[in-house]
Amino acid sequence: MSEYIIRNGHVFDPVQGIKGDQADVAIKDGKIVDKIGSGAKVIDAKGKTVMAGAVEIHAHIAGPKVNMGRIYRPEDKLFTCTPTKGMERMGGGNSIPTTFKTGYEYAKMGYTTAMEAAMPPLFSRHVHEEIRDTPIIDEGAFPVFGNNWFVLEYLKNKEVENTAAYIAWLIRVTKGFAVKVVNPGGTEAWAWGLNCLSVNDPVPYFDITPAEIVAGLIEANEYLGLPHSLHIHPNNLGNPGCYETTLDTLKLAEGFKAKSKFGREQVMHLTHAQFHSYGGTNWGDFESKAKEVTDYVNKNKNITIDIGQVTLDETTTMTADGPFEHHLTGLNNLKWANIDVELETGSGVVPYIYSPNISVCAIQWAIGQEIALMSKDPMRCYITTDHPNAGPFTRYPRVIKWLMSAKAREAQVNAFKHKDKVLSQTSIGTLDREISLYELAQMTRAGPAKSLGLASMCGGLKPGMDADVAVYNFNPDKPVANPDDIEKAFSRCAHVFKSGVEVVTNGEIVSNGHKRTLWVNAKVKDNPQVMRDINEKFLKYYSMTQANYEALGHHFVPNPYTIEVDAS
Amino acid sequence: MTKTIPDVICPFCGTLCDDLEVVVSDDGKQLLEVYNACVIGTEKFLHSQSKDRVTRPRMHQPDGTWKEVSYDDAVEYTAQMLAKAKKPLMYGWSSTNCEAQSVGNEIAEITRACCDNTAAVCHGTTLIAVQDIGLPSCTLGEIKNRADRVIFWGCNPAHAHPRHMSRYSIFPRGFFVGKGQMSRKMIVVDPRVTDTAKMADVHLQVEQGKDYELLNALRVAFKGEWLPDSVAGIPKEKIREAADMMKSGRFGIIFFGMGVTQSLGKNHNIDEAIAVTKDLNEYTKFSIMPMRGHYNVTGSGEVFAWQFGFPYAVDLTRGFARYNPGDTSTIDLLIRGEVDAMFTIGSDPGAHFPISAVKQFAHIPSVCIDPHLTPTSGVSKLHVPVAFNGVETGGNCYRMDNVPIDCRKVVEPPEGMLTDEQFLIKVRDRVRQLKGAA
Repeated sequence: MSEYIIRNGHVFDPVQGIKGDQADVAIKDGKIVDKIGSGAKVIDAKGKTVMAGAVEIHAHIAGPKVNMGRIYRPEDKLFTCTPTKGMERMGGGNSIPTTFKTGYEYAKMGYTTAMEAAMPPLFSRHVHEEIRDTPIIDEGAFPVFGNNWFVLEYLKNKEVENTAAYIAWLIRVTKGFAVKVVNPGGTEAWAWGLNCLSVNDPVPYFDITPAEIVAGLIEANEYLGLPHSLHIHPNNLGNPGCYETTLDTLKLAEGFKAKSKFGREQVMHLTHAQFHSYGGTNWGDFESKAKEVTDYVNKNKNITIDIGQVTLDETTTMTADGPFEHHLTGLNNLKWANIDVELETGSGVVPYIYSPNISVCAIQWAIGQEIALMSKDPMRCYITTDHPNAGPFTRYPRVIKWLMSAKAREAQVNAFKHKDKVLSQTSIGTLDREISLYELAQMTRAGPAKSLGLASMCGGLKPGMDADVAVYNFNPDKPVANPDDIEKAFSRCAHVFKSGVEVVTNGEIVSNGHKRTLWVNAKVKDNPQVMRDINEKFLKYYSMTQANYEALGHHFVPNPYTIEVDAS
Repeated sequence: MTKTIPDVICPFCGTLCDDLEVVVSDDGKQLLEVYNACVIGTEKFLHSQSKDRVTRPRMHQPDGTWKEVSYDDAVEYTAQMLAKAKKPLMYGWSSTNCEAQSVGNEIAEITRACCDNTAAVCHGTTLIAVQDIGLPSCTLGEIKNRADRVIFWGCNPAHAHPRHMSRYSIFPRGFFVGKGQMSRKMIVVDPRVTDTAKMADVHLQVEQGKDYELLNALRVAFKGEWLPDSVAGIPKEKIREAADMMKSGRFGIIFFGMGVTQSLGKNHNIDEAIAVTKDLNEYTKFSIMPMRGHYNVTGSGEVFAWQFGFPYAVDLTRGFARYNPGDTSTIDLLIRGEVDAMFTIGSDPGAHFPISAVKQFAHIPSVCIDPHLTPTSGVSKLHVPVAFNGVETGGNCYRMDNVPIDCRKVVEPPEGMLTDEQFLIKVRDRVRQLKGAA
């Protein structure tokens, strides 16, 4: 493998506490190393910013609902198709790009690891086929558990050990990474056209509450000691006044402490916090409750969040929160797709246009900014757009611009049609904090890597870690003349290395890399009861046989990276 | 001694049954018996064992006879044909696995081909409707466990998807429908008294070509508004009865087939059927699902979509993907005489396309990849027989509800035969050389 030395760049690495000092980064055999021989290829990074490859903690980039979006939105491809270029495959799509384009766009922005946020277990083979076809970036996928019949039944009887054994089995057969929960109980209720809007609404038939599901899954997750914590999209997403449900959900983590050898400290990751921080009683008095949610998170170290920033684009919403998508199609009258999945989950897809001329959309934008700016610990608050729900991930450079420049934010607020309403319903006008590059590295690299339990592998530039490095054409010594320069610099990297392979040079793809699928193999004690229950459910209620359920074989996971967990 | 292989997937229709048992000889070379499959599925497995099977590629000679050629010759002909053509057409893909489809897409990208699957003549109209209005759907297990209202519209599963009703939709005892068919009401909409219609609680014998009107009348009936005495040949009382039956269910499903997608109104029928489903979700829970035909036509759409962004009728001629059914769809391309090479795999357009389209095959270089002898292989210049996918090789396939199931290999193919994927990889590598691609 080639050796490289990236010379004299301004290095930002929270793992080693380097805050922009000029330093060299050496790469050998796919890893960051201390020293390197004189034969190494020299990359001159003078006047440039050097960070570890960024880590995406939550995006919908592979699987049935993403592909449903591609299938049913030909209009999303309009003017976005790119031709074959060298080793670069054809691409297309804006909010739901094709798999190849997804990999290339992430890499060009300096992202080298990404997590698919919701994998319906029955469709794991589909998710893995798309992951296989997404070049360069390492990917993992979170199977969803919050509406799974096994989980509902075990937790109804408070059987945490059985829940854990089932989780271990399902993650293994689906080649999953973490425990995801979406609208706990609500999506099961949606199978009958109902929903659970608070943590105390009982799930029809199963007679368990979302609160019991969440607390039980946290316990099971810590029993197993998985790399990542419970990753939750709470009940009541997107409704005025939903912040109360969010706080109720966050409180369920009280008293739990992380038990994991992977270095994370949280027991719950609240995803796309923006969608869960709404006050008011209707769309007229809709207001921000970012402060209430962020205050709680600031005080409780066992919680991490990502923001879910609205980017003011036309996009495609997609979530395992089936009832929410039905609610949304009722609001905007755009086409509605729904996929209920037997015994496990559901999902929906609806296009959405976040217009800066609509006060609610502008307030949503402001809430995302508030959450990021009010968060005191950048190691626990990460930048996402919940791609593609609040906006496409390709807008990260713009989100970074807003967060790094109060001037850019002010310009955006002034451009809103209902500026006064945005200022009265949120506190965006009072926030002058600007995120530093070091904080940015925490919010996009070290933080998410730590939360995912991958801190020893990626998100930093410490010798021994994977050589995932991004070099940006951004000189931190020079004052920013125009905030748009920030966006431009973070859109296209000068150089990107993935596991020591140079994949991007001057914003162009130069290698398809050696993409890996990250998955977790958790070992538990033999549990005959759980195995019998699984067997019985397949015999009686699944529409496929147990023998055909596993994602097995080279064509699904050609290049696995297995993280072993021993909970036996 | 023989071996019994359990949990085998049936590579015939979109029902993609995965509970078959296949008995093979001890050396794994002979397939002896098939259990649990329907008569069509059984035949598909046993057909692979026929003694007169073509096992080597053949070139059509000017005098009408066939001359056996090697796979290498076949690869060369195919690669040359695709590389030289200005606008090659690569059609089919519905009876092969997703891995072969992926390799095919690479070839299409290098040769700037038009790619299409059999949705062109079946559920392509459904896809257009879905692009208009969406698709509230679910997996087949949801129907098995919950559905108490099942509607078959313009489809005849008793014959076309023989195990559909016993595995998923009517007979199984599901979690919330413990009494099997006794727990479900069945409505069939079909102008003919089919064997499916004979089983129905309500058979709406719609006048041919009047599906749109009837669907529209149902939407009126849901709202309790005025209806004329009869719509599409059905008295209004019967329409109201059907509408009430649909509304009063806890979980309903509409399955629809060629009877609505390819009859008068086409995609507009499906628009309206989906609107019916959407309306019903105001009262109860309802889903809708196309009865996909080939066992992996769904997978072809999925692979096209994640690689190119569109589910069928993809035109790569300009170097990037374009989609415009009517313009970029196979039959239209053929009838207009726009393509100068025809590559067919895993389907039989010769038997199903209009004759004016099939005639074009005779004028241009053509290759047919298919284990069977079909009208398409008969009119193609080169016929390349391959191993039966799902019998002699495995690979991922998508059921009609988009659930992926990995097919199994149960017997060895005849000696020296290639699989779709192996043949396509050879073609791809040769095309790369010819085109000087990266």
